[in-house]
Amino acid sequence: MDGIHDMGGMDGFGKVEVEQNEPPFHEKWEGRVMAMVRAIGANGGLNIDMQRFSRESLPPVVYLESSYYQKWFLALERSMLARGMIGADEIERGHSLHANPPLSRGTFAMKDVERIMTRGSFAREPRAKAAYAVGDRVRTKNIHPATHTRLPRYARDKAGVVERINGCHVFPDTNAHGKGDNPQWLYTVVFDGRELWGPDSDPTLKVSIEAFEPYLDRA
Amino acid sequence: MAHDHDHDDHEHSELSDTQLRVRALETVLTEKGYIDPAALDAIVEAYETRIGPRNGAAIVAKAWTDPAFKQALLADASKAVTPLGHISRVGDHLIAVENTAKTHNMIVCTLCSCYPWEILGLPPIWYKSAPYRSRAVKDPRGVLADFGVTLPKDTEIRVWDSTAETRFMVLPMRPPGTEGWSEAQLAELVTRDSMIGTGVPKGPK
Repeated sequence: MDGIHDMGGMDGFGKVEVEQNEPPFHEKWEGRVMAMVRAIGANGGLNIDMQRFSRESLPPVVYLESSYYQKWFLALERSMLARGMIGADEIERGHSLHANPPLSRGTFAMKDVERIMTRGSFAREPRAKAAYAVGDRVRTKNIHPATHTRLPRYARDKAGVVERINGCHVFPDTNAHGKGDNPQWLYTVVFDGRELWGPDSDPTLKVSIEAFEPYLDRA
Repeated sequence: MAHDHDHDDHEHSELSDTQLRVRALETVLTEKGYIDPAALDAIVEAYETRIGPRNGAAIVAKAWTDPAFKQALLADASKAVTPLGHISRVGDHLIAVENTAKTHNMIVCTLCSCYPWEILGLPPIWYKSAPYRSRAVKDPRGVLADFGVTLPKDTEIRVWDSTAETRFMVLPMRPPGTEGWSEAQLAELVTRDSMIGTGVPKGPK
């Protein structure tokens, strides 16, 4: 979706402000939100792409005004509501009032903690050979789906070069909508700064994105 | 003053509202049998105590002192780091990119906040903020200036936008004047920002 989250190249947000000796969490609830998101994700409640799409779908003003973990919380609550995993009346009352089907991997418990400390794999068995090789010239597609995509606006309809092949991965564009892994080849595609930003771009700039094969055409 | 006071109250009540709502959701999820709160405690504790930039610093220091490891790290970072389970439980899809006199690398996620958690811990607020996400891909030298970093005019700046599940770490250049230093000594020079590409390692004192 062409949402507020797709920030690459926007102007006007100002200087990068660094907080010295920043703690992992500024408030206790932030840690609870992070842990709930990880737990519900790890045990089959909501996949990472569903959670990302839910955050992107927050109204732009809410997205900009909310802190990072507020966005995570709002998106978690919304997507669990939308999937019927919790009810609005339960949020209101602060207690479970209905029976719901369990998570596919059961309760997220102590036995599951160590498992999520190692990053999971998004690699999947390819269904076809990779269409592109390192060094191939490609052009990103000019697409504007209202659904989830990981092709940023600033890198659409741009000519670049395949620099790496990173294997065949879960395709976020379908996974975010419960339409399966739909594995696709994943490439690092590098663009010259001037291709992205025009003749006034820093001439020493090169930018790469991680591009799934359906985002690309041969140039 | 009166206005400021009202504003403070407003912020305070919003914060309390979020706290209450988070607590309510955690209670609902617990009662439904989706989560065990003790397991959430353990996740929080891991990121507060065990998983942070020290993990990445140890990997960088090893690469600076062990040429075979450096080669393996740049060839396949996940494979190279996996045997170092005591340093990081990195899992799949880690890519290490090397800074040289010719090229400076910077990592960003313009679409959300993708970051190598297992190597660097949770991302700092600035990494997840609109100023960094919007400008890193268009004006990286301006962003570097915000961090007090100036690079030679002809250094190529390479920005890696983390738009998939691949994760990146920068292997910064080893500071001159550190010949003969141990891995432990070198690790002390490796800052979090030097592994994101918004900083450079500290120099020897």
